[in-house]
Amino acid sequence: MSQLLQVGEKASMRDVFGEVLLNITKKDTKAVVLDGDLANSTKTDTVAKGNAAQFLQMGIAEQNMMGVAAGLASVGLQPWVCTFASFITKRALDQITVSVAQPKLNVKMIGAYSGLLTGCTGKTHQGVEDVAIMRSIPNMVVLAPADGVELIHMMEFAHQYDGPVYIRLARDAQPQIFDIETHRFELGKGLFVKEGGDLTIITTGTQTERSVEAARLLEKEGIHASVLHMPTIKPLDQEAVVKAARETGAIVVAEEHNIIGGLGSAVAEILGEQYPTPMIRVGVQDRNTESGKNEDLLKKYNITPADMVVKAKEVLSRKR
Amino acid sequence: MSAQLDFAEIEQLKQKAAEARRLVLETVHHAGAGHIGGPLSAIDMLVSLYFGVMNVNQNDPKWAERDRFVLSKGHSAIALYTVLAQRGYFPIEELKTFDEINSRLQAHPDMNLLPGLDMSSGSLGQGISAAVGMAIGAKKLGKAFYTYCMIGDGESQEGQVWEAADIAAKYKLDNLIVLMDFNQLQQFGWDGSDGRERERPVTSPAERFKAFGWHTISADGHHFEQIIDACNEAKEVKDKPTIIIAKTIKGKGVSFMENQYLWHSKIPTAEELKIASQELMAGV
Repeated sequence: MSQLLQVGEKASMRDVFGEVLLNITKKDTKAVVLDGDLANSTKTDTVAKGNAAQFLQMGIAEQNMMGVAAGLASVGLQPWVCTFASFITKRALDQITVSVAQPKLNVKMIGAYSGLLTGCTGKTHQGVEDVAIMRSIPNMVVLAPADGVELIHMMEFAHQYDGPVYIRLARDAQPQIFDIETHRFELGKGLFVKEGGDLTIITTGTQTERSVEAARLLEKEGIHASVLHMPTIKPLDQEAVVKAARETGAIVVAEEHNIIGGLGSAVAEILGEQYPTPMIRVGVQDRNTESGKNEDLLKKYNITPADMVVKAKEVLSRKR
Repeated sequence: MSAQLDFAEIEQLKQKAAEARRLVLETVHHAGAGHIGGPLSAIDMLVSLYFGVMNVNQNDPKWAERDRFVLSKGHSAIALYTVLAQRGYFPIEELKTFDEINSRLQAHPDMNLLPGLDMSSGSLGQGISAAVGMAIGAKKLGKAFYTYCMIGDGESQEGQVWEAADIAAKYKLDNLIVLMDFNQLQQFGWDGSDGRERERPVTSPAERFKAFGWHTISADGHHFEQIIDACNEAKEVKDKPTIIIAKTIKGKGVSFMENQYLWHSKIPTAEELKIASQELMAGV
């Protein structure tokens, strides 16, 4: 696996996830995995095959799965509940709220297949509201790794942390941007992956790699963009957001998520209250999406690096 | 008569239950808010569990080996609070804070606030899943405790109850004992012109749970020996979860509240409280 996790090589988060989760269950007998009959998609089948005693098949019944996780946590186990982002955050939302988050139980919730690129499955299986939903729940930690390297660190954090954590994962292989030797994850800390004085692209998860590419395209045109990656969406690094606004004066927020309620909204909330700054949100423009190939989806819903370049120029024109 | 209890012990349980009912009515009257009907139908089972069945220690509420209890029908919280106070988890005086701002006695149970609560609940259908998780957890951890859970018959219209029933059978949870407060009356219910006709949430719960692979026991939910015997029978069952379908009367113990759906969450006046208290004390 470490071969695949070299910078620039392609790896899929779900493969990394399955392997790391198996290791966690082997190290810690209290870590148990709950599956909603999607283990061969989410890759928790690694645990089903490699450590069956700590794998619990809960069937296609997400509400009960979440409640069972709450009960398991209450007696001292650490359940990892894994299914698609769309199902975990919507079918089991009241269970997440009442049984897990309100009592602050030690449940890890994994939203696999988040965002748009879910393997030609369309709007029922895409997860573009999960961040909006999960960040509105008190006690919830919301994380979105940019690549497999970051995911490894995040899972270690989640394993050590005592409380509810939501991690959104992507399905497909994508280029690694972080160095496995040096990258670290710290809860609530953003990370400037590129520095530039003209504007800042604030981004998260799978969109970070595209944002880095957008910054590279902008550079070619003489526009120097910072890229601020937010692995933690909640609690968000307010200081870094304000710093970006103060130092560059223009913000693009980009995410593979609906523009309502996601990282763009979170940034707007901070800037609106603390440091009003021209900004534009790049994401799904509050519309139903559809099935299609990855590159076609990114183009149709305007979240490619080229789209971000257009939006960056637009926000620059509004810069005071 | 139950093998475990003699006449004097049964009399003590009756006294406790009558006092608990009086405290429920007094508390709801004082708070000007809360539920009546469900708590009164559930109280004999709660008294049986906390004074005749469960292995718990009020002086060490977090004791890891304790039996667990989940009140899935969380809106009957005041009944549970009253019995916990009687058992000694916190002072009975504290019942006066029920439903008030900053109180540990929230309208629905909050496990992080009040000692003795093993799970938070309030949104129907959820507690039974948590109880399933506790029972699976006990097996994974090699612990011998039992998990008890009370659900309502109205609550069992929630699909989650049946998802939980499915998984409890799959994992052969013979350490899980669910009690259904089968009072056949809910807040408003189905079409009907009077209180009794507004019933029928689940007409045949025993048959349904049996079909899901559960051991089922029918009992009178106001009969202490029957409840305690049913729990003891459940503990002997192997490889299956047990549900005790406990036939109860909503508003039990107060003549003008019994079987009246309007007393689901009506507040008794001072006069009604006085009459009800007299009836309860006379009934023992």
